[in-house]
Amino acid sequence: MTRPETVPAPRRKRRGVVQTIAAAPHALWCVLFILAPMAFVVYYAFTDADGAFTIYNINEVFSASYLRILERSILYALVATAICLVLAYPLAYAITKMKARHQPQIIMLLMLPMWINLLIRTYSLKILLETNGVINHALAWVHLGPVHFLNSNFAIILGMVYNYLPYMVLPIYSVLVKIDRRLIEAAQDLGCNSRQVLGRVTFPLSLSGVISGITMVFVPSISTFFISKSLSDGRVKLIGDVIETEISMHNVAAYNIGSALSFVLMVLILVSLFVTNKFGEKDGGVIV
Amino acid sequence: MKTLRRIYIALLLIFLYAPILVMIVFSFNKSASTSAFAGFDLKWYGELFAKDEVGEALKNTLLLAVLSSVIATVIGTAAAVGMSRMKRRWRQTLQNVTDIPMMNPDIVTAVSMLMLFVFVGTALGISTRSFVTVLIAHITFNLPYVVLSVLPKIRQMDKNLPEAARDLGCTPLQSFFLVELPAILPGVLSGWLMAFTLSLDDFIITQFTKGEGFYTLPTYIYAMTKKKVKPDMYALSTLIFLTILVLMLLSNFVQAKMEAKRDPLTAKGKAREAQMRRQKRAQRAAGREAQGGGEV
Repeated sequence: MTRPETVPAPRRKRRGVVQTIAAAPHALWCVLFILAPMAFVVYYAFTDADGAFTIYNINEVFSASYLRILERSILYALVATAICLVLAYPLAYAITKMKARHQPQIIMLLMLPMWINLLIRTYSLKILLETNGVINHALAWVHLGPVHFLNSNFAIILGMVYNYLPYMVLPIYSVLVKIDRRLIEAAQDLGCNSRQVLGRVTFPLSLSGVISGITMVFVPSISTFFISKSLSDGRVKLIGDVIETEISMHNVAAYNIGSALSFVLMVLILVSLFVTNKFGEKDGGVIV
Repeated sequence: MKTLRRIYIALLLIFLYAPILVMIVFSFNKSASTSAFAGFDLKWYGELFAKDEVGEALKNTLLLAVLSSVIATVIGTAAAVGMSRMKRRWRQTLQNVTDIPMMNPDIVTAVSMLMLFVFVGTALGISTRSFVTVLIAHITFNLPYVVLSVLPKIRQMDKNLPEAARDLGCTPLQSFFLVELPAILPGVLSGWLMAFTLSLDDFIITQFTKGEGFYTLPTYIYAMTKKKVKPDMYALSTLIFLTILVLMLLSNFVQAKMEAKRDPLTAKGKAREAQMRRQKRAQRAAGREAQGGGEV
């Protein structure tokens, strides 16, 4: 009944090949619909309407008018991310201090708005902020206002914070809740007050959550177009708005500019992700 | 301190929910005003249902979500099975490429898909944007989420199981469908659900890759916000919100039920663990006794 020792070896090899082929359709899909499209963005960014090579489009992106929009997008996204972090960290921290039985309920309440379409959320915020809207009615009741919230930097940044706040809270919470209680107790035993515990133990340990929260807020904030379009009636333009306008024209010259803008945005995000990750690694390394 | 924390949590939740609640309230408004409530009325809902485009958009949205999530789940699960058996270097490369749509902002993915379709369209001399292009785009951004949720399940699975199935005479396909798939099914299902909801929710990528006159619910809402908005859009948003709320409550309920069902198993596991601990203690005690037991 015993098998000759040489039999299993070739069979194991064949089995591996058969199963590895299962990844082939996916690999093909990746080449056709992930890598090829990215290559075409680069192609359209560096060619003119006739398909000849040019750096005109990229130069155009760094011309004064586009550069101002680019700077504004970066600034708004940074401010929105910072506000989200300042609001979300205490919130995540406060949730971990609740009874374990109540925590999932609060987390579900935080997640529910994420499942509502961004267009709906943003539009409902707009209704609330309108000059003739609910908030101004409330203000008028105490003899204040009306305040023109809309069409301002404030409205757009508020829109970003409102839409992306849960994306900051959840990763921070999920890291905070896993921190070993014994480390905090050890710090207390060694004479740390609660502020020192937070600054020297809890915060450094939650850094990975903070980093992924920052990424999850910064990337959609810098590339949004509906939030700015809706809350400023198209008056304040961000890089996403310009890309959308160019692309919706559906002519080759506009595709060229739109691709160049997308290309620059992509590089910008890659660089900022890289910097954020390096920063996190270094900081984490020093503490550990 | 405790009350302060509670107030803080409550304030932020109010911030998150106030706009949505206001919108729901005004969807039942008698007048078209968004500041003064003139009385309860369902007329905006009536107006919504009178529109053919809404039903058409709903049908397109569901069809897209079902097709793209199922296709992505099939390709993605097969990919995860294959990737788990690849050499490390190849697996890492494929994984990195797979993650690109997840890392890129939606608008960049959307532009890149469109550029592909535009290039192919120009080469063939036709306009390519259609249902198929939107479907391809949806499958593409769904794939990383399926792979991401199936791969860990394969890693957790006992690698001897499919081996044993093969030794007992299963073909590779039989071993996959009879042994591996049941073991990784939770990952496959959660990947599918993720893909389904992402596809339902997508706006930007659909907007860029769709042709004229084709609408999904999100792109239809976008078209509505471009004109003067009437409260029938609030009615539509309210219906979507309530549907999501019911689905989330339902899935939580089902999850709680499933965990309750699994409970006896864990209870049995705990009992076995306790028994093993008792046995070990008895053995140790026996060992001490054998050594002479004089110390105690």
